[in-house]
Amino acid sequence: MSKTGNRQVRDSGGEAGKGRPRVDRGVLGRVFGMLLRAYPVLVPVAAFCIIFNAVCSVMPAVFQQKVVALIEVHWKSGDWETASGEIVPLVLVLVGFYVLSIAASTASRQLMAVITQGFLSKVRRRMFDSMQDLPIKYFDTHRHGDIMSVYTNDTDALREFISQALPQMLASGIIVLGVFGVMIWYSVWLALVVVAGVAAMIFVSRKLGGGSAKYFVRQQKSTGATEGFIQEMMSGQKVVKVFNHEDQALADFKKTNDRLYEDSFRAHAYANTLGPVIMNIGNLLYVIIATVGGALLLARVPNPSVRGLFAGAGLGVVTIDVLLPFLNMTKQFTGNVNQLSQQVNAIAMASAGAGRIFALMDEQPETDDGYVKLVDAVIGPDGSVTEADHRTGHWAWKHPHRADGTVTYTELRGEVTMNDVDFAYTEGKQVLFDVSVYAYPGQKVAFVGATGAGKTTITNLINRFYDIADGKIRYDGINVNKIRKSDLRRSLGIVLQDTNLFTGTVMDNIRYGRLDATDAECVEAARLAGADDFITRLPEGYATELSNNGSNLSQGQRQLIAIARCAVADPPVMILDEATSSIDTRTEAIVQRGMDKLMEGRTTFVIAHRLSTVRNADVIMVLDHGRIIERGSHEKLIAEKGTYYKLYKGVFELE
Amino acid sequence: MFRRILRSVREFRAPTVLTFIFMVGEAVIECLIPFITADLVNNIKRGTDMRSLIMTGLLLALMAALSLTCGGLAGRTCAKASAGFARNLRYDLFSRIQGFSFENVDRFSTASLVTRLTTDVGNAQMSYMMVIRTAIRSPLMFIFSIVMAYIMGGALSTAFVVVIPVLIFGLLMIARFAMPAFRKIFRKYDRLNESIEENVRGMRVVKGFAREDYEKKRFAEASDGIAKEFTKAERIVALNTPLMQICMHFNMVFVLLVGSKMIIKSRGTDIDVGQISSMLTYGMQILMSLMMLSMIYIILTISFESFKRIDEILREEPTLTSPADALTEVPDGSVVFENVSFKYSSEARKNALENINLTIPSGATVGIIGGTGSSKSTLVQLIPRLYDATAGRVLVGGHDVREYRTDSLRDAVSMVLQKNQLFSGTVRENLRWGDPGADDAAIAEACSLARADEFIDTLPDGYDTYIEQGGTNVSGGQKQRLCIARALLKKPKILILDDSTSAVDTKTDAGIRAGFRRYIPSTTKIIIAQRVASVRDADMIAVMDGGRISDVGTHEELLGRSLIYREVCEQQAAGKEGADNE
Repeated sequence: MSKTGNRQVRDSGGEAGKGRPRVDRGVLGRVFGMLLRAYPVLVPVAAFCIIFNAVCSVMPAVFQQKVVALIEVHWKSGDWETASGEIVPLVLVLVGFYVLSIAASTASRQLMAVITQGFLSKVRRRMFDSMQDLPIKYFDTHRHGDIMSVYTNDTDALREFISQALPQMLASGIIVLGVFGVMIWYSVWLALVVVAGVAAMIFVSRKLGGGSAKYFVRQQKSTGATEGFIQEMMSGQKVVKVFNHEDQALADFKKTNDRLYEDSFRAHAYANTLGPVIMNIGNLLYVIIATVGGALLLARVPNPSVRGLFAGAGLGVVTIDVLLPFLNMTKQFTGNVNQLSQQVNAIAMASAGAGRIFALMDEQPETDDGYVKLVDAVIGPDGSVTEADHRTGHWAWKHPHRADGTVTYTELRGEVTMNDVDFAYTEGKQVLFDVSVYAYPGQKVAFVGATGAGKTTITNLINRFYDIADGKIRYDGINVNKIRKSDLRRSLGIVLQDTNLFTGTVMDNIRYGRLDATDAECVEAARLAGADDFITRLPEGYATELSNNGSNLSQGQRQLIAIARCAVADPPVMILDEATSSIDTRTEAIVQRGMDKLMEGRTTFVIAHRLSTVRNADVIMVLDHGRIIERGSHEKLIAEKGTYYKLYKGVFELE
Repeated sequence: MFRRILRSVREFRAPTVLTFIFMVGEAVIECLIPFITADLVNNIKRGTDMRSLIMTGLLLALMAALSLTCGGLAGRTCAKASAGFARNLRYDLFSRIQGFSFENVDRFSTASLVTRLTTDVGNAQMSYMMVIRTAIRSPLMFIFSIVMAYIMGGALSTAFVVVIPVLIFGLLMIARFAMPAFRKIFRKYDRLNESIEENVRGMRVVKGFAREDYEKKRFAEASDGIAKEFTKAERIVALNTPLMQICMHFNMVFVLLVGSKMIIKSRGTDIDVGQISSMLTYGMQILMSLMMLSMIYIILTISFESFKRIDEILREEPTLTSPADALTEVPDGSVVFENVSFKYSSEARKNALENINLTIPSGATVGIIGGTGSSKSTLVQLIPRLYDATAGRVLVGGHDVREYRTDSLRDAVSMVLQKNQLFSGTVRENLRWGDPGADDAAIAEACSLARADEFIDTLPDGYDTYIEQGGTNVSGGQKQRLCIARALLKKPKILILDDSTSAVDTKTDAGIRAGFRRYIPSTTKIIIAQRVASVRDADMIAVMDGGRISDVGTHEELLGRSLIYREVCEQQAAGKEGADNE
């Protein structure tokens, strides 16, 4: 009898879960595993404390039953002296239980605070670490908002799960089982009534919960739509104003806003009703137990109970000392079933969130089989290269040969060659065809062509943001696949069109290029980039705090800082991808002197929209649909009167 | 602050009040139920007949049904009230922002406006729901339970005299120490997320400089630091569990001990076992209601920042207003700047525009040229009164711009912004921003003038082609031409192009300007450009330098006397002449 009863409770718990978004057990199992590995001692201790506390909270019912039984014996006599001799020790034992229970719950809550926050930090760090190792492709193919939401929403869901749902479920589960045990200990009939009530609760909560889940999903969707609309309108606010479009925008907003209201109202209406319904089924159950119990009491119906079985007393009858604590237990029981049903949503959300968190952690990291390292070097007068342990201003590639265990050093010169490179970002959609580029040390190589012609793709391949299958790209004669990525990229300075600055001072941002650069070196780099002039005019100069991607600076000023950041790194090879596109021609002319000096002695790849920027390049490559269609110096290309000539005369439109 | 925000409740005041009423009903019944169950239990104990047992049972069932009705309805009305409040609040914020001037918009970043309208309103909705559900119910439950407990239990209720002050004091102490810590941590947490976002966005820079390990280390430190502070604050909050338990258990022990003594001493006349169990229920209710009140306090403190941010928008006064009897008609397209100086904020040390004097006759074509930061855009933004001059005045059609209704002025002055934007929707929908009633012929005409018709015709769905958010599926040059067409549809008296043809090839650019001369000769055209070619045939060219007009004249005049102009021309011509010579 007891067995079926128990199973029913457990099964019904599982049933309730099925009505909602599915819960991936494997994911939650992995969360447990990580939790245990992170805190192999604290987690079991905390679990023990929670269980102990739960067991303790079942005990008062037993004591109450005993006390009431004693009152039953003594109340007619009115003899408190005798009764107290029996009651007081009982209560003292109860107090003892209470002290233990308080200690256990204090310990568990304190431990859970430590575990939750520590664990979350671990999760965040692991996500961040894996994210840093992901290839650029990941960031190009995932929306940034989606990545961010893993750190915010999904991590929050996980926190809710660990700090609230998990302990609550453990405690409530134990209490439900314990109370049920005590119930059948006293009376099987009454316990069965409780089971029937719980079945009703589960039925109702599945119905209501299902409705609520449906509308919560809809609410999620309409929230997304509303946020998208807000995002678009807020960023275009100035256009709205210029076109007197305010009223129209407001009317459009009203539509999506009203939809969100409808869904939000329905979702919460369902969810809010669940609590009172379950609670009042509990109340009803209480009444039924009281009435049925009273009837049993009056009718002196035989009361099968486990206690009776053990005591060998056979079938007793329901007595008031059984009924009274039973009523309180009913309250406790339904209260905890309610708690369990409230956690279902949290579990579903945590399961979905953890799934996304693990997906981010499990993402295939950027592979790096490179073993050729970049080292500081001393170049002897005879051209010999020896490794140095300090910054010398010279570098060499340290190339260990696996076959014979020898090491050779190659001086870093900055020669980059590409041979017949084909490339496709996604299979079947080739974007580069037979591209060959020879950049000799110190040369300036320019790429010109329409958007999508493949200019940026070429630079993406040189610094291995994307990889090509075989070794057709060589750096100082070394296959770039053999060079450690971090070393390869250290030897390449890159300035992009979309400038990204980080929160911190201007100085911090420049120093990002080389962390051990002194203030003087950073200022020198800024001077070279032509950024010093405007930086010194900022309210705090180099100490000016930048935030929000330097939104307090103009796009041109941000580009100048990015160039300074690259200059301080002092790389032998530079890639300037539309680096001066937002700087006006006059300022560019001023910057140009610095830029020319910066490019002196370095191999530089320049991508520019503005042809005046690329005019003085040693070689200009004109790209069209992934192919190099013209190559040569400015003078040569003009003389050929081909595509470059037409572009230069402004007959063609770029982009 | 709260009063200003609560103004958005409006038509949802009714469900809010209903929630209160239902909650009162529920609370009353909740408090009566233990009273009756005590009787029921006593009756059972004393062995009454089945009939009265069933009667009491039915009464209780009825009360449960009533409580369910009240609770259920309250759940519904409260969902309606809070969702409605959020809807109105979002609408009010949005409409408020629509009334903002450029200066107001500049003060808040786009991201911060979005957060206020989404996350912050969401927080406001949740707290509103919590508050209207519990603000009335919990104090009522608290008082009713104490009263009922006293009526029923008499001396037994003295336990509460001890427990309640202890609990209140304890909860207050916890809130006092934990809340400031939380507020601080939340701000740090926001910053941590911002730094993640920077990394996601700037991953090419991170990887380009091989800074992965550096970023990892920095993040680990920041994350662990926050975890440490979070733990500290949460451990303080966690103390409410033992506090609650101590109070509950004390009550239980007290009731059991003193109760049994009272029953036995009075031989069940003062109170009986039924009261014992009900006293425990009342005890729970009292403690729970206090707990709920402290929850409200916590939730309100947590969402306090959100309320503050929302209020900042509601409080922000639009900086541009028009007089009541404002002019609605702009007579002609003349523009005059009279001793105009301007700075973006009163704190700015330097003026962005310094003593500008410029007269543009109606129908003229004016070119403006100058380096980055020479305030070209600032100058033209004063014409449609996107900003107000700090000193001096700007006249359009012979009247100070401040005398016009802003919408009338902006209908007459069409401006293509440098940072332009298309919106998600079809090409036609986007163009109709200029004139909501424009028919296909008018649209086609504007597009032909802006030289946008050629490429629109090649689009798969022509004018019905869907433009993605931000106009990402058209090229820069195409986008600029669409924006010009959109501005032309307004049929403005003054047309301002702020570097609006930078991505358009020179031939098309020249074609657009030729069209302007031919088809809209009476419209004043003000063109800001980087390319000299875009302005050289203008009636007059203003050369700007460092917020001042350094010179005004025709191309030839300026070539002769303006150093800056000549410099710009020479740079741009350098390649050109070389090419021409080939």
